[in-house]
Amino acid sequence: MPHASPQTAGAWTPAQIQDVIDAHKSMPGAMLPTLHAIQDRFGHIPEAAIPIIAESLRHTRADVHGIISFYHHFRTRPPGRNVVQVCRAEACQARGCRQLESHVKAALGVDYHHTTNDGEITLEPVYCLGNCACGPTMRVNDDIYGRMTTAKFDRLAEGLTATVVEVK
Amino acid sequence: MMTTTLYVPRDTTALALGADTVAARLERAARQRAIDLRIVRNGSRGLCWLEPLVEVETPEGRVAFGPVEPEDVDALIEAGLFEGRQDHPLSLGLTESIPYLKAQQRLTFSRIGITDPVSLEDYTALRGFEGLRNALAFDSQTIIDEVKASGLRGRGGAAFPTAIKWQTVHDQPQGQKYIVCNADEGDSGTFADRLVMECDPYLLIEGMAIAGLAVGATQGYVYLRSEYPVAHAIFEEAISRAYRADYLGDDILGSGRAFHLEVRLGAGAYICGEETSLLESLEGKRGLVRAKPPLPAIEGLFGRPTVVNNVLSLAAVPFILDHGGRTYADYGMGKSRGTLALQLAGNVERGGLVELAFGVTLRELMENFGGGTSSGRPLKAVQVGGPLGAYLPESQWDSPIDYEGFAAFGGVVGHGGVVMFDDSADMGDQARFAMEFCSVESCGKCTPCRIGAVRGVEVIDRIRAGERAEENLVLLADLCETMVDGSLCAMGGMTPFPVQSVMKHFPDDLTPRQARTAGGTPC
Repeated sequence: MPHASPQTAGAWTPAQIQDVIDAHKSMPGAMLPTLHAIQDRFGHIPEAAIPIIAESLRHTRADVHGIISFYHHFRTRPPGRNVVQVCRAEACQARGCRQLESHVKAALGVDYHHTTNDGEITLEPVYCLGNCACGPTMRVNDDIYGRMTTAKFDRLAEGLTATVVEVK
Repeated sequence: MMTTTLYVPRDTTALALGADTVAARLERAARQRAIDLRIVRNGSRGLCWLEPLVEVETPEGRVAFGPVEPEDVDALIEAGLFEGRQDHPLSLGLTESIPYLKAQQRLTFSRIGITDPVSLEDYTALRGFEGLRNALAFDSQTIIDEVKASGLRGRGGAAFPTAIKWQTVHDQPQGQKYIVCNADEGDSGTFADRLVMECDPYLLIEGMAIAGLAVGATQGYVYLRSEYPVAHAIFEEAISRAYRADYLGDDILGSGRAFHLEVRLGAGAYICGEETSLLESLEGKRGLVRAKPPLPAIEGLFGRPTVVNNVLSLAAVPFILDHGGRTYADYGMGKSRGTLALQLAGNVERGGLVELAFGVTLRELMENFGGGTSSGRPLKAVQVGGPLGAYLPESQWDSPIDYEGFAAFGGVVGHGGVVMFDDSADMGDQARFAMEFCSVESCGKCTPCRIGAVRGVEVIDRIRAGERAEENLVLLADLCETMVDGSLCAMGGMTPFPVQSVMKHFPDDLTPRQARTAGGTPC
């Protein structure tokens, strides 16, 4: 399940969207697999793709919008180059995630569901990553990090920004 | 030249703590020393606090070292890791003799951490698919009777007898039926489903195929949460290998019987762990809870008879079909038969998976296995059964864990998650979070849950701010009752449990003075 890669995030054409839909539409209950596939490929589900999805899967636009907005995972705007999720659930709370999340928000200068001004990092809350014996836990794109501390986060965030610079 | 075999786990927790880097450094060091090294990326033994747990094969058995950080690798090798010498401080001796592991009764989790999770050879070498072979030789009623004899009850939390569910689906007229596995393990403090899927995925595949044979279903779906990317990758790999080896497909092991299996990803909605919401989601809709009846066993996925079972229920089935339902039922107490996968989490020194027969007490679990808190401070409260479970004070830690015993004092065994909190925890924060979580995750279908949770946060904030605290406490109690009595499903119906437990057992934390030191964190 690859996440948005920086090169493709945001860039899409109706024909590409249609290809993804066509690859999934014969599945029983095709809606979620289709939405996942679109978001995996383009980093988000563009609002303008909703009519195409609706027509292909024989739903109303309102239905499709309702489905996308119901699920926290789906987004209709491109995220930053990296998506950072902080676990807010009880097992991580018991190990200090409240302090960690305050630090992360302050360090990045954004609240949850927002992206840093330089477009590097989108911050999201998450309720459990299943690493409950070794929290606090964070996820950066598809990698999960345990026993997080504020210092470990600072190093991680620095690395994320640095990597992007190197690639360019 | 002799090959040295090392094991470096690749479950989420091991990876989250640097297992890939550890494996890479071990490989590099072996190359430099011209050692013929074979690294098996096994599953986790469930001793999470020791991850990454590196093992080396020796003539006496596998010897463990942990927790191994990437920086420890050179020193470990200097101290004779490749030769199996046990001089390094991280040495734990023979893995099988580690007391935490040795004291367990691993029926469902008998293979985790021992095998390469996607190796069919490893799986079958340890009795894998023996249950399926028996099931193929039985008629469907015999399979169900075996599960009935085991006394297995739904491990997802509702504890409904598995065999009765299967019987209902079995008794429906022939036609398309489904097996749906609920792998939307959203409860904080639980990770046993993840361990099954990452460390012994064929176990779940086998359990689902047996369920299909029992009820006459040829299609199965695993509804997996999108928060588990590692489980997803490993399980997909296992499915494709199982198809190639005819454990899945149109002709299972040449029997002429069919069973197909597919993973579907959730999309970050806690409510989709509720079975009817899960079915809506599988059908491609918003995960709105359905009213029952009709039961899913009669009108489930796409309107067809459907078994919806938790990962752990299905994962218990291969043992039952291999060793017999009575053998499974020999474990446990009262009406809670077999073993329970307890998961020690939160502020715990030795967190991990503890599979034991029903009947252990929380105190034994938290002290003997858990070793107390990781902070070293006194334990204050423990939340069992996920975010909808009550916070239990010390007076309730000595009751044996079984479904009826826990229900008697308002506790919930649920999915077996045990989240420990030390005395620095502000239980007012925890009560507020319970309501906040419900307001974020409510599907919105019924009013007590949708509106109640929002009001719950507001009322708790007022109490903590000292605004007419007495009156608002009465209001909060009333609101909790309304949610319990008036909600359609467990989300709204049980969200008040943790809140009520705080009101009852930790009332000091819900007084205005607490508000000065700690506020909730707005989302």
